[in-house]
Amino acid sequence: MLYRESGQFKTNYKQDSAIFPILQDRIAIMFYLAVAFIVIPIFGSNFFIDSMMIPFLIFTLAAIGLNILTGYTGQISLGSGAFMGVGAYSAYKLVTIFPDTNVILLIVLSGFFAAGIGMIFGLPSLRIKGFYLVVTTLAAQFFLEWAFIRIPWLYNYNDSGAIEVPRREVMNVIVTGPEASSVTRYLIVLSIVVVMTWIASNLIHGRIGRSWMMIRDMDIAAELIGVRPLYAKISAFAVSSFYCGVAGAMMVFLWLGAAEVESFDSNQSFLLLFMVIIGGLGSLVGSYLGAAFIWMLPVVLRALPKLFGLDINTATVEHINFMIIGALIVFFLIIEPNGMARMWSMLKQKLRVWPFPY
Amino acid sequence: MSFDQTTTTADGRTIGGPVMEVKNITLRFGGVTAIKDISFDILEGEIRAIIGPNGAGKTSMLNVINGFYHAQEGQITFRGETRSRMRPYHAAVSGISRTFQNVALFSGMSTLDNIMAGRALKMNKGFIWQMLRYGPAMNEEIKHRRAVEEIIDFLELEHIRHTPVGQLPYGLQKRVELGRALAAEPSLLLLDEPMAGMNVEEKEDMSRYILDVNDQFGTTITLIEHDMGVVMDIADRVVVLDYGKKIADGTPSEVQRNQAVIDAYLGVPS
Ligand SMILES: Nc1ncnc2c1ncn2[C@@H]1O[C@H](COP(=O)(O)OP(=O)(O)OP(=O)(O)O)[C@@H](O)[C@H]1O
Ligand SMILES: [Mg+2]
Repeated sequence: MLYRESGQFKTNYKQDSAIFPILQDRIAIMFYLAVAFIVIPIFGSNFFIDSMMIPFLIFTLAAIGLNILTGYTGQISLGSGAFMGVGAYSAYKLVTIFPDTNVILLIVLSGFFAAGIGMIFGLPSLRIKGFYLVVTTLAAQFFLEWAFIRIPWLYNYNDSGAIEVPRREVMNVIVTGPEASSVTRYLIVLSIVVVMTWIASNLIHGRIGRSWMMIRDMDIAAELIGVRPLYAKISAFAVSSFYCGVAGAMMVFLWLGAAEVESFDSNQSFLLLFMVIIGGLGSLVGSYLGAAFIWMLPVVLRALPKLFGLDINTATVEHINFMIIGALIVFFLIIEPNGMARMWSMLKQKLRVWPFPY
Repeated sequence: MSFDQTTTTADGRTIGGPVMEVKNITLRFGGVTAIKDISFDILEGEIRAIIGPNGAGKTSMLNVINGFYHAQEGQITFRGETRSRMRPYHAAVSGISRTFQNVALFSGMSTLDNIMAGRALKMNKGFIWQMLRYGPAMNEEIKHRRAVEEIIDFLELEHIRHTPVGQLPYGLQKRVELGRALAAEPSLLLLDEPMAGMNVEEKEDMSRYILDVNDQFGTTITLIEHDMGVVMDIADRVVVLDYGKKIADGTPSEVQRNQAVIDAYLGVPS
């Protein structure tokens, strides 16, 4: 009875074209935002914010990026980890070249570098599809990893080969570097992720998002209708890489504080793909669910045995973690290709008609 | 029979001069000649049927018309523009839209989005506005949504507006596909077996929609259909293909009496 659309008549197409046409959905969004912006900063421990919320949000953003390319446009990519790297290294260069510019602005701008590189590596998608395209994205991954190591200019010729985040202030608040507080970094990450989710949702529900999905579902028909595959595919690569790039920049600047090439290797790309598959291909909510699941699962697995007084060593936990993720991927690919997002919407559908079975 | 000047049909529709002239088209796939030296015309406002046994080259003909296949010989004149090759994109721009023999919908998208997709060429508001879903982008979205809702009304698809089309039964998918083609407001609509796999009732509905489209919007229609009953009922003129050659061209009753046509359908070797 709580979740109903009856009685909420849409009197014009503007209302029906709204992204959350149901009042309860809008209330729920307000509630989540209030929790995220007010409750967590006040009551969340530093540990919770630093090792749960910040990485969860950053992976969500990267998962949204990959979902735009893979879930919405149907171009499977194994290079998203490297595009996070492009964002991270670009942000690092920008911040050292322009030490006095607002670091948050530079983090967002670094997305454009990732977008540019993404467009270049997206060009093969105009000619090749499916498995062969996956291979070219993997080649992009390896090429970029190579560049991150072999071009010392990218890490300012540090002996360690790592990028280390300098201390930067914005309006006298320390934002990056070891002295920056968890809550400050969390609020910046949260704001960026919320705004970029909103933008992704706008794109997806409009002309551009439809052209992506048309290419995904039936590229020949899309072209016959008048969608140019060039624009649709390359824009998807650009937007997707932009999102991954900003996520990568935030990962280094607002979470880890330092990074090496390993943070952006093919494991990272696979992890993002798992998030998108488990969460739901072609779903923004799914990107949140998938990132939460993959990031939180090991944390929960580590905590659970202790709750029951059991002592399981970390290696075993790791193995169990991988087994669960592996099993779930097989499960979702075979049984529920739309992932957790689909289960979520079925649950809502049940609530909508509850207590009647149909 | 000559339609050189504007004529009026028995049911009061107006048929004008030729909008499309297909001249000496030959299409080969390697050693296979799918279409041999075919010529015919399509008149403004008429319903033109293309019939013929399986493999006669009907679908290939539509594919040549909308630029999906490129004919080795011959040319096509559409609204005064003559060309021997074109990209499907340009066919869409010039006002030709079509449906497919095997439904080619965007299966993961809703009925509404599929039909909205049909208006892709009419929407052009830029990236920044799309990001904000505001101002020109929102106005454009609403304007086209209104037009799409009219099509949804017209084809009686209200109840499945938000259903992903992959979940719809075949008959409804065919109807959504017609809706998507109509959304482009084509001046020439190509339908490849719009009633294949339908029961009698669904066929009657589809025939009614096709006649209504032709009558209300004045859309010129070229359709491929195997059901001779349907063709006799709705077509103004019929082209008959067999083994890639044109064997007859005329009104349904003329074609029906044509000996070559009867032989082709009964399998008499020519
Ligand atoms: N892409 C292609 N490559 C090779 N041969 C093709 C191709 N498309 C069509 N053909 C051949 O051209 C001939 C005509 O095929 P077409 O699909 O146009 O027939 P049709 O009249 O539409 O038949 P149906 O009634 O079965 O749909 C067939 O022999 C077919 O095998
Ligand atoms: Mg055919």
